[in-house]
Amino acid sequence: MDMKATKKKLGMKERYRILTRDLGWEPGYQSKKAIFPYVEYEGIKVHDWDKWEDPFRLTMDAYWKYQAEKERKFYAIIDAHAQNNGHLNLTDARYLSALKIFLQAISPGEYAAHKGFARIGREFPGVGTQVACQMQAIDEIRHAQTQIHAMSNYNRYYDGFHAFADARDRIWYTSVARSFFDDAMSAGPFEFMIAIGFSFEYVLTNLLFVPFMSGAAYNGDMATVTFGFSAQSDEARHMTLGLECIKFMLEQDPDNLPIVQGWIDKWFWRGFRVLGLVSTMMDYMLPKRVMSWREAWEIYGVENGGALFRDLARYGIRPPKGWDDAEQAIDHMSHQFMLGLYQWSFGTAFHSWIPSDDDMAWLSAKYPDTFDRYYRPRWAHIKKLKAAGTPFKNYGLARLCQCCQLPCVFTEPGDPTLTCHRETVYKGEKYQFCSDGCKDIFEHEPEKYIQAWLPMPALFSELGGDVAAWMDWVSLRDGADNGDYDGSRDQRHFDEWRGLATSNL
Amino acid sequence: MSTVFIALQANEETRPIIDAIEIDNPQAVVNRQPAMVKIDAPGRLVVRRETIEAQLGRAYDLQELQINLITLSGNVDEDEDTLTLSWNE
Ligand SMILES: [Fe+2]
Ligand SMILES: [Fe+2]
Ligand SMILES: [Zn+2]
Repeated sequence: MDMKATKKKLGMKERYRILTRDLGWEPGYQSKKAIFPYVEYEGIKVHDWDKWEDPFRLTMDAYWKYQAEKERKFYAIIDAHAQNNGHLNLTDARYLSALKIFLQAISPGEYAAHKGFARIGREFPGVGTQVACQMQAIDEIRHAQTQIHAMSNYNRYYDGFHAFADARDRIWYTSVARSFFDDAMSAGPFEFMIAIGFSFEYVLTNLLFVPFMSGAAYNGDMATVTFGFSAQSDEARHMTLGLECIKFMLEQDPDNLPIVQGWIDKWFWRGFRVLGLVSTMMDYMLPKRVMSWREAWEIYGVENGGALFRDLARYGIRPPKGWDDAEQAIDHMSHQFMLGLYQWSFGTAFHSWIPSDDDMAWLSAKYPDTFDRYYRPRWAHIKKLKAAGTPFKNYGLARLCQCCQLPCVFTEPGDPTLTCHRETVYKGEKYQFCSDGCKDIFEHEPEKYIQAWLPMPALFSELGGDVAAWMDWVSLRDGADNGDYDGSRDQRHFDEWRGLATSNL
Repeated sequence: MSTVFIALQANEETRPIIDAIEIDNPQAVVNRQPAMVKIDAPGRLVVRRETIEAQLGRAYDLQELQINLITLSGNVDEDEDTLTLSWNE
């Protein structure tokens, strides 16, 4: 064996300096302005890019080493899951609805985040920022790939997984997440950083991933626990990048404060609306539930978000404008949206169902002020219709919010019996909104949002209102992918396969 | 005072790390949840390399934490000896 000469190990700060800052150079034959053309138009003033530093001080050599380790762990478990019929260990196939929504709406968001970070890694002049964005771009494409790979195993056994890319592009509920990312990707580099790095990663990812992974663990889905953890191990770095970037902007110039505050207001509300999907997953779709949406909001919204905004108050930042409206919506949103998903289930590539008596008892315990009063009576009515052989189906199409693209199913702050609806006229055309938050966002940038592609109007403009043609177009197989879980193929298959696994017949 | 936290996967690698964090942060509260451990502390939490090494019985690079990290909250500061989470209030 060769003897290795012992060389002095560099300190972390020194290594970071050499492997990031020292990779940069002063351009000689092109001006900085020509190389970084998008860095000024948003109005953010930066005087010294070297003031930005990754607090983890992660360098590319260490990055590859740890990412390779994460991939090894991930694929070892995914292989074991496939080899050992992991899909039979689920508590119940109803659980898969949450997974289908994740694959159709969230995993494509990972890919969008990848594209966005690859772009801003090129557009920001600071070397530390470039390296961190480059790492995040690679992380995010890894997340998209590992998630698709992990969930592909379920595609062999269950409906609704086969055409997630078509669903992502064309179906209606996915456009909520898609428009969030499209909005961010078509913004300037600093706004992108607030949208994804700060709002999505720092303020909202915990609410999405942490309960989702615990939910997967509770419901016997080893594949999802694994991709969730593998992705989440990168998120701590992403959140930190988001927080560092916001502090950096605020420290560089006092003129940046109002611009940054405006983006925080906008992107908090945009993100909060995306979480509407997540709230139904947590409260309704997990057969064995970890915590309610309300409880998750207390920990990661009120407590953690509150701490963050108290910290940022030293720069003059206040909590986002929609914060109080959000708090008022917490005890209602999952119920209102799930009722919507159930009545439009002809058009969803996942199943929904009427909550069982046990589920309703859990919901009233978790939502003592709202569930029994406003939502139990509606479910009871829907249940009665189903028992009478006239299940409640709504073939009318929902009015969509021009900003967040959710159907306008939410209620007025302060009055849960009145549907919230706002509209505005711009250049002779009328636009609809679900809330003041979404209307404000539109009115600040109308030229952007009038270009939004909305799935319900598209059904008419592109397919003449033909629902069967629309189903083909979104790759939704009527009678298989959609409708009530009760009586579905997924339900039958799950029972049959579990029967095969536990008997010799 | 605002809470900072760090959450790690619950596995063989993190057991001694969690022990070390408990030793260095007597005010911390350890919440064991399915497949993960979330450690909350008022205002500030410090992870020390030396304490982890003593628990682990081998040399440890703090950046190895990246592999099992799930989430954290607070301003991060890291060098070769410590990882600190804190809020400024
Ligand atoms: Fe990601
Ligand atoms: Fe991320
Ligand atoms: Zn809206």
